[in-house]
Amino acid sequence: MGEETVSIEISRELYEKVKKYIEENGGFSSVREFVEFVINEVLSTEEEASAGYTKEEEEKVKERLRSLGYL
Amino acid sequence: MVSRPHGGRLVNRVAKGRRRDALLEEAKELHSIEVTKNTASDIHNIAYGAYSPLQGFLLREDYEHVLYDMRLSDDTPWTIPIVLDVRKDEIQGVKEGDDVALTHEGQILAVMKVEEIYEWDKKEFARHVFKTEDPNHPGVARTYARKELLIGGPIDLLNPLKHPFDRYALTPLETRVLFKEKGWRTIVAFQTRNVPHLGHEYVQKAALTFVDGLLVHPLVGWKKPGDFKDEVIVAAYEALIKHYYPKDSVVFSVLWMQMRYAGPREAIHHAIVRKNFGCTHFIVGRDHAGVGNYYGPYEAWDLFNEFPDLGITPLFIRESFYCKKCGGMVNAKICPHSDEFRVRISGTKLRKMIRNKEKPPEYMMRPEVAEVVLSFDNPFVT
Repeated sequence: MGEETVSIEISRELYEKVKKYIEENGGFSSVREFVEFVINEVLSTEEEASAGYTKEEEEKVKERLRSLGYL
Repeated sequence: MVSRPHGGRLVNRVAKGRRRDALLEEAKELHSIEVTKNTASDIHNIAYGAYSPLQGFLLREDYEHVLYDMRLSDDTPWTIPIVLDVRKDEIQGVKEGDDVALTHEGQILAVMKVEEIYEWDKKEFARHVFKTEDPNHPGVARTYARKELLIGGPIDLLNPLKHPFDRYALTPLETRVLFKEKGWRTIVAFQTRNVPHLGHEYVQKAALTFVDGLLVHPLVGWKKPGDFKDEVIVAAYEALIKHYYPKDSVVFSVLWMQMRYAGPREAIHHAIVRKNFGCTHFIVGRDHAGVGNYYGPYEAWDLFNEFPDLGITPLFIRESFYCKKCGGMVNAKICPHSDEFRVRISGTKLRKMIRNKEKPPEYMMRPEVAEVVLSFDNPFVT
């Protein structure tokens, strides 16, 4: 089963702008992917600015550090 | 708390997941530019945040600010221009605003948005960065051999190369997490391109006395002929740390970055990079990143005074020597005895002994380290 989702409305104008941006620049497969990416970027900027990494990243890093014998 | 990244935020330009897949697919259709191993290491250092706040190769405005003022255009300290050089024919048809693929040995490494294409004056570069135009200087010679144009713009790393010392290759994010887990708040970094002798051990331990942890962080990557090979440096430090360092206060890791031999400017660069790895202090010794007689032995110390906003504390530690009267390693500030009692550890002399397969005396090099170094047929870069 996929990840649970919710719907959020944005203006048609903004939607078209994002769509055009993706068509011209690539890097994203859909407007939804673009929006999720931007939101994640903003949240991570705010929440993890001082630490420089998310909790999830931290756990992954710890795993690698353990495997290398640093922890 | 460990150092905040330079510029405030640790850069991450490593594309992942679906975004990476999409960029990789696009990259196959893009104009491609083959890059050298040194440039590949710069791409990795940008992508993993070692060069934070850089997001890519410098645009002209930042390039000129760095060259003339040793700062980025937003006034952030930055002393070595990180640039990507290309030949005209390599970018035939590429316009500013285009994306290109950067390849290494034919494989896609990264994508780059070419925001600017500009000319550079290599002599001007050499004069400012290396303080000389002399082609006998190894950094100047390499600058003159570079291509005629520079391209600037952000990069996204798509396919990281296999690190030559994967076992010891920690990213800035990884050292930051590691320091946190160890409960270290103050960490001193030691930059090196040499096998350790007792002088190195002395300055590292002197510094470690005042902080929570030590990061021994040798450079692996291009070095001039006559320097020690990377694998020799790594093996020598493994031996030293195993036999003479407390395990809970030392981390050994390697940094994939070329030596530039730019003396004082490179000393600042080395400090900034270690700040991005989370270090709060940085050891600056005698003739840091120097070569020949191009720089004064303590010139780098003066340059640090021009950067009160660096965000990492330099620890200026004088050259150490063995004093027969003191009975140990000391430096001129703490030893009152005259030259007749002092035995200097000369790197040149040490290299000569090793070249002749002679075991250096124990006041110069730990026997376990000497054994490892001598076990290599040719421990030097040719």
